[in-house]
Amino acid sequence: MIGRRVQFELATWVAGPALAAFERAKRARRGERSTSQGSPFGPPLESTRRLKELMTTHYLAGRYADGAVPVAWVTSGFPVEILRPLGFHAVYPENHAALCGVQRVVPELSDAIEREGYSRDLCSYARADIGSLTTGKTPVGRLPRPDLLCCCTNICQTVLYWYRTLAAHFRVPLFVLDTPYVYGEAPEHHRQYVRDQLDELVSMAERVAGARITAEELAAVIGVAREGTRLWGQCLEQSRARPAPWTGFDGFFHIAPIVTLRGTEPCNAYYRMLRDELTDRVARGIGGIRNERHRLLWDNLPIWFEVRALSTLLAERGFNFVCTSYTNAWAEAGSKIDPADPLGSAVDAYTHIILNQDLPNRLDVLRRLSRDYSVDGAVLHSDRSCKPYSIGQIDLRQRLARELGFGVLLLEADHGDPRAYSPEQAEGRFAAFMESFS
Amino acid sequence: MSQPSAIGIDVGSSSCKAVVVDRDGALLDCHVEPSHPRVEEQASRVLAKLRALAGVEHLPVGSTGYGRKQVTGARPLTEITCHARGAFKLIARAGVLVDMGGQDTKVVRIGPGGDVADFTMNDKCAAGTGRFLEVILDRLQVKFDDVAALVRLAERAVRVSSTCTVFAESEVISLIAQGEPVEGIVRGLHQALATRVAALVGSDMAGDFFMSGGVALNGAMVEAISASLGRPVQVLPTPQLIGAIGAALSVL
Repeated sequence: MIGRRVQFELATWVAGPALAAFERAKRARRGERSTSQGSPFGPPLESTRRLKELMTTHYLAGRYADGAVPVAWVTSGFPVEILRPLGFHAVYPENHAALCGVQRVVPELSDAIEREGYSRDLCSYARADIGSLTTGKTPVGRLPRPDLLCCCTNICQTVLYWYRTLAAHFRVPLFVLDTPYVYGEAPEHHRQYVRDQLDELVSMAERVAGARITAEELAAVIGVAREGTRLWGQCLEQSRARPAPWTGFDGFFHIAPIVTLRGTEPCNAYYRMLRDELTDRVARGIGGIRNERHRLLWDNLPIWFEVRALSTLLAERGFNFVCTSYTNAWAEAGSKIDPADPLGSAVDAYTHIILNQDLPNRLDVLRRLSRDYSVDGAVLHSDRSCKPYSIGQIDLRQRLARELGFGVLLLEADHGDPRAYSPEQAEGRFAAFMESFS
Repeated sequence: MSQPSAIGIDVGSSSCKAVVVDRDGALLDCHVEPSHPRVEEQASRVLAKLRALAGVEHLPVGSTGYGRKQVTGARPLTEITCHARGAFKLIARAGVLVDMGGQDTKVVRIGPGGDVADFTMNDKCAAGTGRFLEVILDRLQVKFDDVAALVRLAERAVRVSSTCTVFAESEVISLIAQGEPVEGIVRGLHQALATRVAALVGSDMAGDFFMSGGVALNGAMVEAISASLGRPVQVLPTPQLIGAIGAALSVL
């Protein structure tokens, strides 16, 4: 246990940063430059280096976490703040699956479990993670074995079955936080139902960790998480400026710390650095793309395996996604948490997230983002793997186009599986959409 | 006589259409042939033919369709933009254009200035397109030119699913085996396709409806779409050439 703890701490404080520095040097030797002459993008963000360091360290430390500290696998919309004071290392299978998506390994992982009977119609995140578990293949070296599984139904119902599969595999306790869908405002009896579950979560997490949560520690973590959310919001808000200092697609990558390290100081330190860099770029008029002519809104998850290609296709013609409902969701949910009432405010925060709220709320968010960021068009990604996010988009498309009087493109794709994406068709739609602006 | 001023070429999934227009965008010459997999070679040959017809060696070329990027020396633009431009040249007002091509069916809402205000098209699957009709008619050994007359003969439409071209093909075979009349099946096919077009149009029925694309040459299809939408659909002159005309207009 002590030896394992030493390995974990070394990975966190020494090996992680060293590995990141080595990777950086390797890239520099290869002469990788993302803004060579003729590139449609602005100069690369300096903060990206720190982002890579932070995430490399997180995953490297994770390899040595089991046996050293309690480990929890959690869904993106789970109140992780409650686990932090107990020293849990939190693993985000969704973030891991997104990495698999970026590296285009989802088909291989999915094939392995499709042979066992899992349907290709399941979410590609679930398929990637379960496939990774079955094959042992992962782009991050190794994921630590969990002591506790935590899933919250506020993002989808798939997580319920996905985490039940994980529970059967690892034979560890599973905590399911059930958040009833919100039409308008959550009624009191819904809040009480969620609150009762949070009390149960505290007991269960304490039992697994073999420690107790103090009110002060919990309040402190909640304070850190709220600050992190606020900082992330400030990063995003910089794109209200013309030109936007970064691209919405950059945001898809820089979202990683607020998802996986929410409630920790390194997360907040990172976003302070990013915010300051973005503020400075705004002051100096530096854009995420060189020639920003049109500003777009993106709805739904990214198409992870195609982010670079799509952002280039758009940037070359002067189009930038200046806001996305996905990155925005992480700036909104956590803002409701309050150190003065940690559990009560967590009920509010984790019940009222975009995917757990009705369509009028979705329309409100898109409408508000469109106005705040002065966009002149929107792309709604109809994500084969994320039904809760994609349902209602045909109506949202019509309403947005009618109310705001701009072009809205509905694009069918998938956040992780390239087999559910036709590049030729998608490029054609994007090209026609962009031509309609001229 | 008007001087040739631009060439437009629409390299579609079924056929390759090319036109020569004068400086006002009026059609002077055209050429249509089935699409060849070697797009670049076919495009060069067709362009040479058009230049010979026009009697001018150097004319600006606009290209559209699936093979638009393979046309050497041309300015490529999507079918959405080109069909809208080509149609607007003829209708000179706002409207809704239904373009049924080989593997795309598009609904383009054209603004009062000829701009593309909005568009929707089939995604992922080509079951609601010209190719669907082509495959099934081929299976039934019905010639394209005889379709309209055959549909008129049908006493009733036999229900055919339009979910998948491949499945529909086997469904049609089994309908024939059950003794259903060919003309009723063909009429049913037209209705199935028309409902898919109506679904693409959606709930916004504002404006006059027009039709372009090779499928518009099939009067029975136009009638079925019109019935499905519950309003008249006007077929544009030379519907198959609208995309190529739009491409030529873009380089004038």
